[in-house]
Amino acid sequence: MAPTREQQHWMYRNMVTSRKFEEAIAGIYFEGKTPVFSMADGPIPGEMHLSDGQEPVAVGVCAHLNAGDVVTATHRPHHQAIAKGVDLDKMAAEIFGKKSGLSGGRGGHMHLFDADVNFACSGIIAQGMGPAVGAALSRKMQNKPGVAVAFVGEGAVNQGGWHEAMNLAATWNLPFVCVIEDNAWGISVSKEDSTAISNNAERASAYGMPGVRIADNDPYAIFEAAGEAISRAREGKGPSLIEVETYRLAGHFMGDAEGYRPEGEKDALFEKDPIPKMRANMLADGMASVAELDTIEAEAAARVETAIKFARESADPAPEDALTSVFA
Amino acid sequence: MNKPNERKLTIARAMAEAVAQEMRVDPSVFVMGEDIGKLGGVYGNTRGLLEEFGAERIRDTPISETAFIGAAVGAAQDGMRPVVELMFVDFFGVCFDAIYNLMAKNIYFSGGNFKVPMVLMTSTGGGYSDAGQHSQCLYGTFAHLPGMKVVCPSNAYDAKGLMTAAMRDDSPVVYMYHKSLQGMGWLATEPGATVHTPEESYTLEIGKAKVAREGSDVTIVSVGMGVHHALKAAAQLEEKGTSAEVVDLVSLVPLDRDTIRKSVAKTGRLIVVDEDYMSYGVSGEVIASVTEHDISVLKAAPKRVAYPDVPIPFARVMEQYCLPNPDKIVAAFDGMNAA
Ligand SMILES: Cc1ncc(C[n+]2csc(CCOP(=O)(O)OP(=O)(O)O)c2C)c(N)n1
Repeated sequence: MAPTREQQHWMYRNMVTSRKFEEAIAGIYFEGKTPVFSMADGPIPGEMHLSDGQEPVAVGVCAHLNAGDVVTATHRPHHQAIAKGVDLDKMAAEIFGKKSGLSGGRGGHMHLFDADVNFACSGIIAQGMGPAVGAALSRKMQNKPGVAVAFVGEGAVNQGGWHEAMNLAATWNLPFVCVIEDNAWGISVSKEDSTAISNNAERASAYGMPGVRIADNDPYAIFEAAGEAISRAREGKGPSLIEVETYRLAGHFMGDAEGYRPEGEKDALFEKDPIPKMRANMLADGMASVAELDTIEAEAAARVETAIKFARESADPAPEDALTSVFA
Repeated sequence: MNKPNERKLTIARAMAEAVAQEMRVDPSVFVMGEDIGKLGGVYGNTRGLLEEFGAERIRDTPISETAFIGAAVGAAQDGMRPVVELMFVDFFGVCFDAIYNLMAKNIYFSGGNFKVPMVLMTSTGGGYSDAGQHSQCLYGTFAHLPGMKVVCPSNAYDAKGLMTAAMRDDSPVVYMYHKSLQGMGWLATEPGATVHTPEESYTLEIGKAKVAREGSDVTIVSVGMGVHHALKAAAQLEEKGTSAEVVDLVSLVPLDRDTIRKSVAKTGRLIVVDEDYMSYGVSGEVIASVTEHDISVLKAAPKRVAYPDVPIPFARVMEQYCLPNPDKIVAAFDGMNAA
């Protein structure tokens, strides 16, 4: 099932929005952090894990989801949040730690929560798995529609919690899909040096569920595989596993010199940047005109600019707000 | 501005040096953890080790804390002396069984027939907007559970001596280092943590507190980063004519209650500074050490400057509002006198 013209436009729009958002954040992040880099300083303090290059995974999967479906994300959540329809103004404001942010500045970039579109994060590796499986269980028990998708990095597959959640989802036949974004690196440790097998989709067989691996960060193949997995889940046929070979075009976090990467690896990845690639594909396939794509790009840029402006101009929380929202 | 014969090291470098020196003389010492090899540790505290000792003894692990901390327990019981890193103390959640049910209990369960000579080093602390899963201290959580020693250096001299002592200890030692003291590439460092550190190997006794500054009117007890807040507060108090004594606990387990009591017996006033959550933690324990022993030495009710009992927020204004700082310590002293 290939994406329709409309779906392709949606995918491209979200990929571009995500990239422009990351570019905007990257531009601002170093404000106040020079000449001596200190993570504590500037308008966006703290760690910053950008998703440049990994956009095809988010859009290929989220193209099949609606606001009622559940997504859990990781410490690298911006592309998934955008594709899931998290409010971009409030998301930007949260990343700036503003009162108008999704959580009033309590969560920041690693803890984006948007109840309106059922989106949640955890900065602890693999810990989105349990909550996604639980949401799937809840839908089943309440006989409510919807599927739950947990996005994780390939590093998460080596956590005990990942395996426990996979077994639970399969044993209880839940409407759950695990999507592994394999960017080949967990900070400085390569997948090769840390993982016993190279194709994590094979692990699905240990839990009696279908597993596929998508090569080359291909948005169309991701769309297809995710469509199949999500339909299965919606039809009550149980969980699936998808691993996508994707590219981390940014450092692990901002400020990462990436000295651990083999020489030339990064340049080769930029050659395979999925955004110009999809643009070229759509043009070649007659799925969009140059004018349409230019418009999408301009609109995405404007949307990001509005969100960043909203974030910058929003007020800080009151300091004592820190003491509220602990209990419901 | 080094004086002659002075060699200032960051805590990160002091830790790495201690480990390297011990590895040169003890083949049973090895290091495991995430990003401790090629990267030299997210906090720089294993820098240079892979180059000197190779991948057999300096092991980058998968993101599998339960497995490699559990493995350290097994290796320690079998004659090795592992040094393992839990990158942020906050991550204890995924692997605490290996820590408190295995590492901390196997000596006891075996009636002392097994030794568990391992060091679990882990980073603590916030103040740089890393939010509630990457900024906690959790000193009280670890110190509460019997069976593991817990140390927490406030400067590089102590850091080196404690690390060497920890590696030579036949019991498990949790080595908690504060990110704002560490001296690494991505976060500003409290200058007071970077101090003269002798080149040769030496140990610091685990379980022994230090008087970091002598005084006569009030005792300020703290650990790690809090010691530096306390010293700054003491300087402010001095300008107002108050002489504050600062006790650096250095170790949380065993807790050097004698040094605390002796100081408070002298000053009659006690303020405890703790970046960990206020309730059920180090601050209450320190106060109980005094009040249970001899309440008559106190001229005023003790005070705590600790993290309020809420998760740590991301936004700078909210986080800074919650964190201990010198002004809060001075205010605590003023409140004590007003009362
Ligand atoms: C349980 C746990 N251990 C370690 C970390 C520190 N950490 C944060 S991101 C990361 C690498 C994660 O790699 P991967 O899951 O592949 O995701 P990527 O960063 O490549 O997107 C690590 C080790 C953590 N957040 N949680």
